[in-house]
Amino acid sequence: MTKYTFTEKKDTRSGFGDGLTELGKSNKDVVALCADLTGSLKMGDFKKENPERFFQTGISEANMIGMAAGMTIGGKIPFTGTFANFSTSRVYDQIRQSIAYSEKNVKICASHAGVTLGEDGATHQVLEDIGMMKMLPNMTVINPCDYNQTKAATLAIADFEGPVYLRFGRPKVPVFMPTDKPFKIGEAIYLVEGSDVSIFATGHLVWEAILAEEILAKKGIKAEIINIHTIKPLDVKAVLKSVKKTGCVVTAEEHQRNGGLGDSIAQVLMQNNPVPLEYVAVNDQFGESGTPEQLMKKYGLSASDIVNAALKAIKRK
Amino acid sequence: MTKKTTEELSKIASQVRRDILRMVHAQNSGHPGASLGCTDFMVALYFKILTKNTAFNMDGKGEDLFFLSNGHISPVFYSVLARSGYFDTKELSTFRQINSRLQGHPATEEGLEGIRIASGSLGQGLSVGLGAAQTKKLNNDASLVYVLMGDGELNEGQIWEAALYGAHKKIDNIIATVDYNRQQIDGPIEEVMSLGDLKAKWEAFGWQVIETDGNDMNTVVQSLERAKTMTGKGKPILNLMKTEMGYGVDFMVGTHKWHGVAPNDEQLANALSQLEETLGDY
Repeated sequence: MTKYTFTEKKDTRSGFGDGLTELGKSNKDVVALCADLTGSLKMGDFKKENPERFFQTGISEANMIGMAAGMTIGGKIPFTGTFANFSTSRVYDQIRQSIAYSEKNVKICASHAGVTLGEDGATHQVLEDIGMMKMLPNMTVINPCDYNQTKAATLAIADFEGPVYLRFGRPKVPVFMPTDKPFKIGEAIYLVEGSDVSIFATGHLVWEAILAEEILAKKGIKAEIINIHTIKPLDVKAVLKSVKKTGCVVTAEEHQRNGGLGDSIAQVLMQNNPVPLEYVAVNDQFGESGTPEQLMKKYGLSASDIVNAALKAIKRK
Repeated sequence: MTKKTTEELSKIASQVRRDILRMVHAQNSGHPGASLGCTDFMVALYFKILTKNTAFNMDGKGEDLFFLSNGHISPVFYSVLARSGYFDTKELSTFRQINSRLQGHPATEEGLEGIRIASGSLGQGLSVGLGAAQTKKLNNDASLVYVLMGDGELNEGQIWEAALYGAHKKIDNIIATVDYNRQQIDGPIEEVMSLGDLKAKWEAFGWQVIETDGNDMNTVVQSLERAKTMTGKGKPILNLMKTEMGYGVDFMVGTHKWHGVAPNDEQLANALSQLEETLGDY
């Protein structure tokens, strides 16, 4: 069994930035647009190396999204960059009409998702973006878990034809995903095999799930940990395969319970194999200022919350 | 195609106006007012100005591109596309019906030739046009991008975001036209949301502005030809085009009342009697 450890912590946004820089060298059709957050999105190197393919739009997110849609006409692959809140709720109608409905090959790259952006508080901590984006027809939704996976996902979406929402975050988090396997959109990754409970986690919560697995193991509980980096299209086969074995589920995400990964999995279970499911997610609240660690704890998103949810789910079997 | 005389273009416009009225009447749904007002512009564009390839290709490399931002005037767009050879005019009879490619507002989903972006929710087309123009520059493609917007649409903030960008980035391969009919759904613009001095506003945003009468075919063509000569000079171009809603039908002219209302049988007959059938009804 693979043991997941880490030697360094890095922010997932740097995985995006480094992936984009690599794309700047490898794919001449890739262009980048940014709404006055080049540093925060780690797009500086791409800009430096490809000034003619970098488009500063100013704090005009709606125009940035419309322009990105237009730039696909003629064969470019635009990557837009701003905070997750301004990448989604602020420009939802622009994305819906000009990108999703118009089937444009735009990659909406969103940093500072969730409560872990920390001190800036609820105005910037979007917790509804996965729900909004997964509801749009034609939209693929990806929420990688660490630096390595975010970089790999950034590279992968350039080769994928169609609109993509790529969600990542601000804080430095453990780097633990192996780099030897290519990122496959829509293919869940089994991290730890187990037989007592399936824990489906996405984004920053994948590491918390790994920590939870170790705590559960000490209690004699074998948890199966699955990294759902692609929320849409969901790897239904992988979900059902795991649940058939374990008979109960925990979902873990840095997002509202309403409309998140948990709801996507609940939908699959209701239709195919209705087993107990416990959510680890923010429950119909806005976030607030604080450190990422404080916020993860206060909003019930840490390893201990996953442990408690797992115990509850197992009890309900 | 480019040799069409003003007289020939006016004849096409008469047929397009008949198409608009018949399409909207058939489904008792659609937006005839601004469609009629913009007919001369759309005919001039598609039959005289644009260098285009009717063998439709989404990327449109090497050809001029047109984006309709005020998507509700889809009747005139569909008629002009069909009449200029993008698809069979018979398909105009499916406008706004179930399973049609001619959606109430233009869409790309069904692969209708000539449509490159969905529009209908207002304010987005200028940004799309700027993006396409930016890509043309990257591709060293010397052809141009045209955008049409409504004047009521200028209430949308995104338009002004785009206006800033176009000037700041010197997007000088775009010609954007405002259909300045001075009406919006709830009434005259002066009552609903005054636009003030539009020419001064666009100039202050750094655009080159030309003013046109949009219902005189000769003037429409001349102004677009002039706009073309103004490209490549480091500034985007805004064609402020005064039109009358409902132009060509005496009882529809100059009022917002026909914005989204279809004529009944009697009104259709009256309207058609004012417009010569020049190319054969679909």
